[in-house]
Amino acid sequence: MNYRHAYPYHFIVGALFLYLLFFIVPSLMGIYYSFTDWNRYSDQVRFVGLENYRAIFAAKSVYYQYIGNTLKFTLISNLVKIIPALFLALLFTDNLRGEHVHRTILFFPATLSFIVIGLVFRSILHPEMGFLNQTLRNLGLGFAAKGWLIHPRWAWFSIYAVDAWRGLGYVMTIFIAGLQSIPRTYYEAASIDGAGFFHKLFSITIPMLKPAITVNLVFGITYSLRVFDIIFVLTNGGPGRVTEVMNTAVFREFALGTYGVGVALSTVLFVVMGVVSVLVIRLMNRGEVEQ
Amino acid sequence: MNRTRRQVYRIIQYLVACLISLVVVIPFVVIVNNSLKTREEANRMNLALPSKLQWENYRVAIERGKLGISFFNSTLYSAFATAIATLVGAMTAFVLARRKTRFSQMCYFFLVLGITLPINLIALIRVMQVLHLVNTRLGIILVYGGMNVSFAVFILYGFVGTIPRELDEAAIIDGASPWHLFFRIILPLLRPALTTVAVLTFMGIWNDFMVPLYILNRASLWPMTLAVYNFFGLYQQEWHLVFADIVLTCLPIFVIYLFSQRYIVSGMIAGAVKQ
Repeated sequence: MNYRHAYPYHFIVGALFLYLLFFIVPSLMGIYYSFTDWNRYSDQVRFVGLENYRAIFAAKSVYYQYIGNTLKFTLISNLVKIIPALFLALLFTDNLRGEHVHRTILFFPATLSFIVIGLVFRSILHPEMGFLNQTLRNLGLGFAAKGWLIHPRWAWFSIYAVDAWRGLGYVMTIFIAGLQSIPRTYYEAASIDGAGFFHKLFSITIPMLKPAITVNLVFGITYSLRVFDIIFVLTNGGPGRVTEVMNTAVFREFALGTYGVGVALSTVLFVVMGVVSVLVIRLMNRGEVEQ
Repeated sequence: MNRTRRQVYRIIQYLVACLISLVVVIPFVVIVNNSLKTREEANRMNLALPSKLQWENYRVAIERGKLGISFFNSTLYSAFATAIATLVGAMTAFVLARRKTRFSQMCYFFLVLGITLPINLIALIRVMQVLHLVNTRLGIILVYGGMNVSFAVFILYGFVGTIPRELDEAAIIDGASPWHLFFRIILPLLRPALTTVAVLTFMGIWNDFMVPLYILNRASLWPMTLAVYNFFGLYQQEWHLVFADIVLTCLPIFVIYLFSQRYIVSGMIAGAVKQ
């Protein structure tokens, strides 16, 4: 059959046009502007070479802390979601009465906006008037009431908790889909051989869950490297700059009007994500071939 | 002995399950409950029921938060951008999945990269200035369209592959044009996948905060997320109003979730790389 006639390339023009104009072009222009002193206060844009990057990667620059925070968030937020979510998935596929209701409840927060969840928890974690601290005080546990979002010791802890509150059900749902594809007979055979819970977990469940683990890691890593909303609303990078990450730092530069530095930071993130994305697509494409 | 141990284990399982669901539910109870209290009651922020239901709070929140216009904006942006992204995404997925040439493969990978790549929002403003789309509704709709085609192509590409090619051949032999083939034969068969893509894209745009934060600086153009964020800043001491505003912002998503949970869950699993 004549492909050129049945599947014309002008069908892809619309998608390609929008994608190029509003996604790729800004990223490429961002790379160009990252070599300039583009800012809000002057109409002229001067070429400054690597100056913005030198500022970012200078010894003792504050940006190292933001990069470090982003990586720390990527590591910890995924660990505290993926491991508990695996056990929850096992729990909710164990013929528990009402497990579908629990699954529906746990998944729901993943459909809500980060901004709304952030505001909900900013009120609940408010140091004086928040629900958590007021409840703790009413229970006579006043000593446990902390400045959850305003104290440097607790800010990250609270961010991880809120992030897990939103994401746990989603990660769990992907694990459940994976668990349902493992044949029951494997477990029956293992039981006959006298294998215990952990033995089955490490020799059957986890190896068979590899695709679900990959999907959760891919999703988790690409989300957490780009994290913005939840941190912006909960702490806005504070107290001080303790919880500042790449994307909140970009917004700070934007708000200050120092666009050149802002797009340079964005470009650093773009390059990192570009490498990650190509690896991810290769990985997923290999999965497709294996099927 | 073995049986009692199993029963104890079962009880622990139920306790853990209920506890974890409770942790998810309590924040919602706090918000809804306190949104119906008077200012004084709400400031105590506890689980006691309101002495008298204050539906008035919702009217005040809608008025002061200008929620009417932001609800309109959110609906407009989400609906049009979803329609655009889903339609051009489906056309693209159709052609790319059918032609397995090197070029079409390259186009597919290039488009799908957009799922994980970050968008450079500061530079996007420059693009919008050049196109005279700054602070316009059309501008943000097109931006959302461009940001979401990747996901649509990714999901629909897989589904096009499940439609037998013989259908195309029969249609072409009968003299159907590509447009006819696509709109009359392929598109109806893609309906479940299109629903999944549309629901997820709609929710993603409805929930988005970052794009309007950068590119819309006129309050009359704000979607609900930006409006509720701003409202929170202005009325931080009046929790009853803030909570009423939050409930109203979540409500549309809650309704969508109730009616299309199946599509949402299947789509999120299939397109797990997109939040």
